[in-house]
Amino acid sequence: MLNEVMFYLFALVILVFSVMTVITRRILRAAVYLLFVLVSTAGLYFMLSYNFLAAVQLTVYAGGIVVLVIFSILLTSHLSERAAMASMKESLLSALATVAGAALTLMTILRYGFTPNQGADPHYTITDVGTALVSYKRDGYALPFEVVSILLLAAMIGAIVVAKKERTLKK
Amino acid sequence: MIQNIPLSYFLTISTLMFFLGIYGFLTRRNLITMLMSVELILNSVNINFVAFNKYLYPQQLQGHFFILIIIAVAAAEAAVAIAIIINIYRNFKSIDVENVDEMKY
Amino acid sequence: MADFTYTLLIPLIPFFTFLLLGLAGHKMKPIMAGLIGTSGLGASAILAYSAAISYFWTGHSAGTPYTSIKAFEIPWLHLTDKLTIHLGVLIDPISVMMLVVITTVSLMVHIYSIGYMKGDTGFSRFFSFLSLFSFSMLGLVLATNIFQMYIFWELVGVSSFLLIGYYYYEKPSAVAASKKAFIVTRFADLGFLIGILMLSFNTGTFDFQTLTDPHGPAIAQAGGAAFMGLSLLTWSLIFIFVGGAGKSAMFPFHIWLPDAMEGPTPVSALIHAATMVVAGVYLVARLFPVFALGAPDALYVVAWIGGFSSLFAAVIACTQTDIKRVLAFSTMSQIGYMMLALGVSGYGGEEGLGFMASNFHLFTHAMFKALLFLGAGAVIHAVHSNEIGDMGNLRKFLPVTHITFLIACLTIAGIPPFSGFFSKDEILVAAFHSNKLLFAIEYLVAGLTAFYMFRLYYGIFWGKNTHYHHTPHEAPKVMTIPLMILAFGSVFAGFLPFHDLVTSDGKGFESAIDWFVAIPSVLIGVVGIVIATILYKKESAMPDRIAGSLKYLHRWAHRKFYIDEVYLFVTRKIIFRYISVPIAWFDRHIVDGTMNGIAGMTVYAAYAVKGLQSGKLHQYAFVFVSGAVILVLIFVYLV
Repeated sequence: MLNEVMFYLFALVILVFSVMTVITRRILRAAVYLLFVLVSTAGLYFMLSYNFLAAVQLTVYAGGIVVLVIFSILLTSHLSERAAMASMKESLLSALATVAGAALTLMTILRYGFTPNQGADPHYTITDVGTALVSYKRDGYALPFEVVSILLLAAMIGAIVVAKKERTLKK
Repeated sequence: MIQNIPLSYFLTISTLMFFLGIYGFLTRRNLITMLMSVELILNSVNINFVAFNKYLYPQQLQGHFFILIIIAVAAAEAAVAIAIIINIYRNFKSIDVENVDEMKY
Repeated sequence: MADFTYTLLIPLIPFFTFLLLGLAGHKMKPIMAGLIGTSGLGASAILAYSAAISYFWTGHSAGTPYTSIKAFEIPWLHLTDKLTIHLGVLIDPISVMMLVVITTVSLMVHIYSIGYMKGDTGFSRFFSFLSLFSFSMLGLVLATNIFQMYIFWELVGVSSFLLIGYYYYEKPSAVAASKKAFIVTRFADLGFLIGILMLSFNTGTFDFQTLTDPHGPAIAQAGGAAFMGLSLLTWSLIFIFVGGAGKSAMFPFHIWLPDAMEGPTPVSALIHAATMVVAGVYLVARLFPVFALGAPDALYVVAWIGGFSSLFAAVIACTQTDIKRVLAFSTMSQIGYMMLALGVSGYGGEEGLGFMASNFHLFTHAMFKALLFLGAGAVIHAVHSNEIGDMGNLRKFLPVTHITFLIACLTIAGIPPFSGFFSKDEILVAAFHSNKLLFAIEYLVAGLTAFYMFRLYYGIFWGKNTHYHHTPHEAPKVMTIPLMILAFGSVFAGFLPFHDLVTSDGKGFESAIDWFVAIPSVLIGVVGIVIATILYKKESAMPDRIAGSLKYLHRWAHRKFYIDEVYLFVTRKIIFRYISVPIAWFDRHIVDGTMNGIAGMTVYAAYAVKGLQSGKLHQYAFVFVSGAVILVLIFVYLV
């Protein structure tokens, strides 16, 4: 019962703040609303007893990316600024396309009728996840782990190079 | 698995969130808010993975690791995107996509 | 038979000096450029003389006919098996004679120019052009085939263009004159090209030796297809003669020659008196067997054009006041003589008297006309004017020029024993035996020639005591020595045994002075001189009175019979207005319009679709999303 209430609460928060994120004209508020969405998503993960995922969601998404976004908002715009939006005609067209897409997708999903797996749920702990992450045996994820680490390195270097001031070219 | 909550509820939330993200991407003109819309889209996909993993294949960890990797990629993407946005801001004194149309025609 | 391969060097040496002076001339001291050009030409001249001596005397066994020798030949453009263009060196009496003429005059002009052009800004450019011209002209006379001749024919045209326009930076009239010369001759060359194509298409060869072989295909096919009463061969030769008439300033293509006098005087002497303008005569002489044996009608045209031009030019020359223009019309008149001599000639032996006389006159004329021009140059150098009215009584100031000019005038007037007498006499004899009317014209022209030359002579060296701002002074040695050498040539060239050397069929024949023709021709020359003496030796009002009494004739002749105006009328009022303007309209509106229409449609289409490439990210995203939705709809639900 509590679980149900919690789920509906999280679902409501996610949907409401998603809507707020995309329609508010104040950029900084949009970022804060996004934070709420991400935190609620982490709540859903907790409810599904994926604790490690929830923690990662909180630290990386809520803690890292949103903070980065807020920094860049502060760097590039004034607080009093109102974000420009599309014209009415464009907004309506976009709404039409997205509503059509959502309707199509929902119809497909709801008509499918998934049958949940009734098998035992082993309830993996963080230790299990960590072991699998660095394992190179069967069901081990050492290779994706390494690939992602290289991707992060590349992204870091790339971000630095792109954002760096080009002194020689400026002159 | 949560008692009395079917898989389709998760999928519905994720679908709605996905298309809200798309709506934001289409209507926003500010590059940072567009980036936030993209984060919404990624997040909705994450919910899907988690739900499928939990409801359909609880013995396995594929969805788990997919999400981890998506989060890593999202972080990388955000970093690079913000670097680009700052660069654009420096060149155009604005991060409005309507001003960044030098490459047209 | 001697080996003549070395004659290849005769044109090549000037070519190399042209390259050297053209590419590096501006870095040299002017005198250095002059010396290089002159010494190169000197080397060519020595080779040409040795070739002439060896061809005519030492390398030739007496009593045998002179043959034509291909000293050198390479296939240059191998287009098809039938169409191959060769470049080579052809040695025969007329080409050897022309080598001597060209190298002699060119060398004299080079030496003279060192003094005449001194201090000029384009000194090395001038000498490089002179070298280019010498190369082209030598290549022209040595051509083994008509196509090679055409190539060098155009090259001499270009050098002439460059040299007439030499003062382009200070005289707009020089620019106009160079364009006029180039366009008029180029227009005539179109006829030449058509003639070459017709002739070669019929005979299947460009080669001169094959063409002029009396038993060769050209002459064998003489009878061929007819058009307007004349055979194809005749037409092709008439077209070729049109090219020759253009280069040789025959009526009606003569209009460029007087204007060409805008060029520096040494250039006039070299190109527009002694060498290039006789290229037309050389062309007809080169193809003479074809003319004489295959197409006597074409030769008839040559004779009448020559005869008419000589009379026409002589009349105009009597009224001109610019000394170089008088000489230009005199040149035209003398070339008319040569053409006429060729036109009345037959082929072989005594019949070929006119051919021999024409080449003889070409030779002597080159000497005395170059002398006249260089003398006129010395006069202009001294008084800085071309107008006869600005001169007078110069004999005390310019003694050497005076004497040499007088010799040249006596030569051209046909007074024995100067060379002009011999060559002109041969022409008159040839005309007398062929066509009495042409003979009468030439007889009259001989008198007119003597008259206008002595009018010029007295106008410059005698006449009124003109007051000069600067006392005129004799030209430097470097200019007077060429004058003396050419005067020597003018005096003694007449004693060369041309009837043994340069004949239509290579065999010598006996020729003696026909006193029945010679005495009257000398007499009319003397009459001309006497009239000129009476009128012009002392300043008097008589010339003006005579001009007044012949009002219309004088005015017409002075305006060159309005031929220039006729040309202008025809080109401006008829060709430009009724042909060029509609063609230009067609080009501008129909041809350009089609192209602009295609371009415009492309632009229009581009504007129509360019909205798709707006550069606006959200538009792209919108199209992408709605496209994806529609595709899902189609493939998941509708298909």
